[in-house]
Amino acid sequence: MAVTETTSRPPEPPGINAWLKDNFFSSWINGIISVVSFLVLVWLFWEVLYWVFVEADWRPVIQSPVLFLFGQYPRDMLWRIGICMSLISFLVGVSWGVWGDLVRAFAITIGAVLAMFVVIPFQSVDWTPAVRGVLVANILLIYIGFIFARKIPIKSIYVTVGWLLTIGISIFVLLPGLENSEILPKIPTTLWGGLLVTLILAVGGIVLSFPIGVLLALGRRSDLPFVKGFCIAFIELIRGVPLVTILFMFSLILQVFLPAESRFDRLLRALIAITIFSAAYMAENVRGGLAAVPPGQIEAARALGLRGYQINLFIVLPQALKAVIPAIVGQFISLLKDTTLVIILGINELLGIGRAVINSDPEFIQLQLEVYLFIALIFWVFSYAMSQSSYRLESVLGVGERY
Amino acid sequence: MTTHQPASPPQQKAIPLWRDERAIKWTAQIVSGVIIIGLLFWIGINFIEGANQRGMTLNFKFLGDPAGFPISDPVLPYDPSMSFGYAFIVGLVKTILVSVLGIFFATIIGIIVGIARLSSNWLVNKLALLYIEFNRNIPLLVLLFLFYFAVFNQLPSVKESLTIGNSLVLNSRGIYLAWPRLTATGIIWIVVIFLSVILAAVAYIQLQKREIDTGKATYYLPISLAILLVGPVFSLLLLRGSPFNWDVPVLEGFNYSGGMRLTPEFAALLVGLSIYTAAFIAEVVRAGILSVSKGQREAANALGLSSFQVLNLVIFPQALRVIIPPLISQYLNLTKNSSLAFFIGYQEVFSVGKIAINQAGRAIPVFILVMLVYLALSLFTSLILNWYNRRIQLVER
Repeated sequence: MAVTETTSRPPEPPGINAWLKDNFFSSWINGIISVVSFLVLVWLFWEVLYWVFVEADWRPVIQSPVLFLFGQYPRDMLWRIGICMSLISFLVGVSWGVWGDLVRAFAITIGAVLAMFVVIPFQSVDWTPAVRGVLVANILLIYIGFIFARKIPIKSIYVTVGWLLTIGISIFVLLPGLENSEILPKIPTTLWGGLLVTLILAVGGIVLSFPIGVLLALGRRSDLPFVKGFCIAFIELIRGVPLVTILFMFSLILQVFLPAESRFDRLLRALIAITIFSAAYMAENVRGGLAAVPPGQIEAARALGLRGYQINLFIVLPQALKAVIPAIVGQFISLLKDTTLVIILGINELLGIGRAVINSDPEFIQLQLEVYLFIALIFWVFSYAMSQSSYRLESVLGVGERY
Repeated sequence: MTTHQPASPPQQKAIPLWRDERAIKWTAQIVSGVIIIGLLFWIGINFIEGANQRGMTLNFKFLGDPAGFPISDPVLPYDPSMSFGYAFIVGLVKTILVSVLGIFFATIIGIIVGIARLSSNWLVNKLALLYIEFNRNIPLLVLLFLFYFAVFNQLPSVKESLTIGNSLVLNSRGIYLAWPRLTATGIIWIVVIFLSVILAAVAYIQLQKREIDTGKATYYLPISLAILLVGPVFSLLLLRGSPFNWDVPVLEGFNYSGGMRLTPEFAALLVGLSIYTAAFIAEVVRAGILSVSKGQREAANALGLSSFQVLNLVIFPQALRVIIPPLISQYLNLTKNSSLAFFIGYQEVFSVGKIAINQAGRAIPVFILVMLVYLALSLFTSLILNWYNRRIQLVER
């Protein structure tokens, strides 16, 4: 077919001028707004940069990096944390290799946070070359894990089991240690602190609350009135009160509720309170997923002769849980932020350490802005990375786009 | 789980008990009931036993006893000799005060940022995004500490106060705002304003309804605006004399007096809560407006509606349906988050409860009271939500 002369050429791609006009100066008012917000942005940027690099006094942060990361954890036992970190870094790399895009943003963020701690010029006797070396090794381990998973195909179920094993061994064996052990002496949780505790509470809370939340969600749909009533009462009671009150109740009233001989560690109490709080929200998330499973699926399963628990286990839950993964990531973000509240129990997580550092030196009283902004930055990096991966998960899993 | 089984032929053997669905169901009912009641019973017994061992009271008689602790900046007249029940109410009022003001500011900031996020102007859009991403991703408590310890507590001393004319004074004792105090004429004026707002609203709704019903232009917007303006302006001219006096903060000796004083605690809490929640409200507003399909706006334009009418009659009613439920749950979140006031020394209901527990060891009843307050608030919210959802559903069909 001959090309006719009358065919017009496609319009030129819009140039920089057209883009500027479309986005900034489409009307008079828009032009004024653009100029004003540009000036605001430049001013803000300049002020922040000037403050960060010239005016701010970062001594409280620079002098105590290990305190911010691990609290009072004995310095000669830091290798235990190093092992946990290495295991986790390797698993992050492997997960990146196995699940690809879903984990990439998260893996890169972890690497970036580690790199940030390597680069920042900390001035502290605790910050030995060995610590720096371990951090660099962890960045490499993420990459090694990634290459490893690329070379050797691994089933994703093994990665999940690996994660659960690592988290379990880290939290319950490596970090606290064992009674009467030469190599792994017991380290009381009162010495734990900083980012370590923040992450333990958030990860532990979300992992432990998951099965409870699923059970509560299923119970809420049950046709046994006692079970249903109990689940509804539990979920609504917990969701109706602020987390501070639940934490406080556990610090005070749990002792009364349980038999006199049972005594709990402070960190464990916080973990239980956070788990219970998180389970109620998890149950509501899972309920949303359960409602999204079309009833035809259940009817078909029943027609095939599956039993009640089989229907739930093999038909309903796999579909429901896949749909709620992004919501669970969102819940993890808010849980990570909520862990700051445990300072009411006297646990020195990241924010508590910040307060302790400020109070440790009269000179630091004037430097609160620096300390709290540093803490805000750490939280921000983690939550932002998680929220970005949650957007990605939503598009990959096609939540809300089916049918 | 009602399964309709076809009538089985009579010669079939009876189903054994352990395969009979009804028998299984009944057993499950009984077993689950026994387990749950047993669990609650076990907890209850341990609870009473433990409480008795520790000499804790389980009744509410102490509510009439003198509280014995001071409350800083009580909103109502209060001194430590007053009863504990009253101290609790003061705390409750302070919770409600900061929540209502927080909701007010968070909504305004949230709507502005949410609409800015939808702006076609690239810079405005990104500024709004910056605001949202900064505030959403750091813990509220860190934000509160930033505002309280790093901003409001670091303000200069009284002598070196930051002042903007006579209207705003900032120093370490707090924030002083010039405040309009009503005079006698002012009260009449406020009543007139109140009446004209009601009148304008009635006119707006009725005339708009008539316009929609009959198709004839009733000019409901100009008319209601006119009512809104005419009443207050005329009454102001007729009454003569200023409706209110400006109460200006003045330096007297070592401290400022006059004006509206906000304590640093209250200011930090209000600013922190508003800014934090506004980021979430902005996302809610954005999602709501985006949920109205583009075709609606195009169809409305094609019908020749003015751009105000498009927003007012087509976009907002549909967007609100999506916005209101999550918005109300954000309001509830803000109210619950106001319990973090405890960490920066603003004494609201949770802090008052905590002081009372530490002082008198009445942990359990005080605790039940605090929980009941929050539960009542959330129950109230979910009632409103359910009512609203039901109304919306009626509109839909």
